[in-house]
Amino acid sequence: MRESVSSLGTRAHRSDPVALGRSPWREAWAVFRRNRAALVGIALLSLVAAMLLGGPWLYPVDPFEIVGAPMTPPGPDALLGTDYLGRDVLAGVVHGGRPTVLVGVSAAMITALIGVSIGAVSGYYGRVTDRALGRVVEFFQVLPTLLFAMVLITLFSPTLLTVIVAIGVVAWPQIARLTRAEFLRLRQLDFVRSARAAGASDARIILSTILPNALPPIIVAATLATGSAILFEAGLSFLGLTDPNVMSWGLMIGSSRNHLREAWWSVTFPGFCIFLTVLAISLVGDGLNDAFNPKLRQR
Amino acid sequence: MSVLGIVARRLAQAVGLLAAVAVLNFSLIHLAPGDVVQTIVGEMGGASEETIAKLRQAYGLDRSFLEQLWIYVSRVVTGDLGLSTYYNRPVITLIADRIPATALLVLSALAIALVVGTMLGVLAARYPRGWLAAFVNLVSLLGFSAPVFWSGLMLLLLFASMIPILPTGGYYNVVHGAQGIALALDIAHHLVLPATTLALVFLALYSRIARASMLEVLGSDYVRTARAKGLPERTVVFKHALRNALLPVVTIAGLQFSAMLAGAVLVETVFSWPGLGQLAFESILRRDNQLMLGILLLSAVLVTFGNLLTDLLYRLVDPRIKTDA
Repeated sequence: MRESVSSLGTRAHRSDPVALGRSPWREAWAVFRRNRAALVGIALLSLVAAMLLGGPWLYPVDPFEIVGAPMTPPGPDALLGTDYLGRDVLAGVVHGGRPTVLVGVSAAMITALIGVSIGAVSGYYGRVTDRALGRVVEFFQVLPTLLFAMVLITLFSPTLLTVIVAIGVVAWPQIARLTRAEFLRLRQLDFVRSARAAGASDARIILSTILPNALPPIIVAATLATGSAILFEAGLSFLGLTDPNVMSWGLMIGSSRNHLREAWWSVTFPGFCIFLTVLAISLVGDGLNDAFNPKLRQR
Repeated sequence: MSVLGIVARRLAQAVGLLAAVAVLNFSLIHLAPGDVVQTIVGEMGGASEETIAKLRQAYGLDRSFLEQLWIYVSRVVTGDLGLSTYYNRPVITLIADRIPATALLVLSALAIALVVGTMLGVLAARYPRGWLAAFVNLVSLLGFSAPVFWSGLMLLLLFASMIPILPTGGYYNVVHGAQGIALALDIAHHLVLPATTLALVFLALYSRIARASMLEVLGSDYVRTARAKGLPERTVVFKHALRNALLPVVTIAGLQFSAMLAGAVLVETVFSWPGLGQLAFESILRRDNQLMLGILLLSAVLVTFGNLLTDLLYRLVDPRIKTDA
C-alpha cells in the first residue's frame, strides 16, 4: 500500500569513504546510523517498546476498572483523565499498546511469510507457475481489504487471532509482487547459475542462494507493512471489530468517540500513541530503505 | 495488439476474477457459524421447529451448498443482488442510494490529494534543500502515520468544536430543508472535513512519489537540454518535467482504489456520512448477508475497473508503453 521513496537524511552520507570496502550489510549500517531521521525513529521505537514492556508492570491499573468520576479532565486525580465511564485513560494508554502492536507485528509476519513464499516460487519457476500464482495475487488485490477483513472477523469469532489472520490474509500481495520481481532479476545472474551447475536443489537455490540477496527490499517492505498492519488493527478496533475484552488503543478511541467534545483526552492520547508508534516504524523503514538502496545513496 | 483488443482481454479476465470473488464471498458466509434464519429467530425471541423449517425453506437454506451457490451466481449474473433481510428492499437500490455520497467523498478527496500532493511534491523537488522540502516530508510522515479516523476526530475537535466553523457530521442539514444551490452549498460545507481527512492519507503518498519522480526527471538529459536552450525555468519544470513526473503518481493513484474504499468506511463512520461505507459496516454488524455480499462484490468491481482504467490511462499518458500486457 505504501511506497517508500523518501530520502530523508540522505544528505549526510553522499560521499562516504568510510562505507567503502565492507560487506553490504555493514555498509548499510554505516549509512543508517548517519541518518538522523532513522535514529529518531529508533529512539521513538525504543521508547514505545519500553512503555509496552515495562508500563503495565509500573502502572498496574486495570484499564477496564472504573477509578473515578466519568470524564475527569487530566489532572492530579488521573494523569490523563478518565473516559465517559470513569476508566483511567493512562491505564488504557499503557495497557492498550500491547494488543495493538502484537496484532500488527504478527499480522506483518504472516504477510511477509505468505508474500515471500508465493513471490519466491512465482519468480523462481516463472512460466505456468508464475502465471497461475499471478492470478492468485490479482484475486487478492481485487478484494476490498478492510471490508473483507471486517466480514471475516464478524463471521468468525472476534478474537485477536482472527484479527491477525484477517489482516495477514488481505495484506500480502504487495510483498509477493516485490519478492517475485527480485527473484526474476536475481535468478539469471551468474552466481545463481553456478549454484545450479553445482547441482544445488531448487529449494536450496531459493532459500540460501537467492533469498539472502533479495532480503533488503523485503525487509523494508515488511517494516512498512508492520506500520500498515498496526493502522489496520487500530481501524478495526475503532469500529469495534476486535476482542471486546482486550483494551487496545483503537478500541479506546472507538468507544469514546461520541464524547469527543466533553472528553477530548480520552480520544486524543490513545490516537497519539498509535501515531507515534507508526511514525517510529515508518522512520526506521525509510532509513533502512535509504541504507539498502545504493541508487538513492549516490544522489 | 490494439487498445480495443487489450480492453477486451482485460475485461474477460476481470469477469473471471469477479466470479471467483463472488464464489469466495458466498462460501465464506456459508462456512461461518450461524445463518439468517438463526438471526431472525433470535430477534423474534424463539420460534417453533416448524416455523424454523419454513423459514429455512423460504431462504433456500434447506438446499445443498452447491445448489445455493448455483442459485446465487446465476442470480448475480442477471444483475439481481437479492433482498436485504434488514431493510426488506432490493440490495441494488440500497446500494444505488448510497453511491452518490461515497462517490462525492472519494472523488473530492482524490482531487484534493492529487492536486495538492503533486504541487507539494514538485515544489519540494524544485527546492530540495529548503524549508518547504522539510515541510513536505513532515506532512507526508504525518499523513502516513496517523490513523485516518483519529485525524478525522482531531480535525472535528479543532474545526467543529474549538473553532466551530464546520458541521460535526452528516451529509446536509435536514432541518433547513434547503433546495437547489443552497443545498449544494450545504453539502459542500459538510464535505470539507471528511474530504480533507480522507485526502490527508493520500496526499502524503502522492507528494512523496511526485517529489521522487520529479527529482529523477529534473536530473535527466532532456531537462538539461531544455534549460540549455534558455527556456524559462517555469516552462522547464511545469511543461517538460511535470508531464513525465506525473506518470508514477497516476499509476499509484489508480491502484489505491481499494485503500480509498477502506478509508471511506472509517471516514464515513467518523463523520456520519451516509455512504456505502456506513451501509457496509451496518450490514456486517446486522449479518445482512445479501447486502454484505452485494457491497463486497461491488467493491471488487470498483477495484477491478479502477485498475483497468489506470492501465489504459497510463498507456494514454505514456505512448512509449508497448501494448502487450
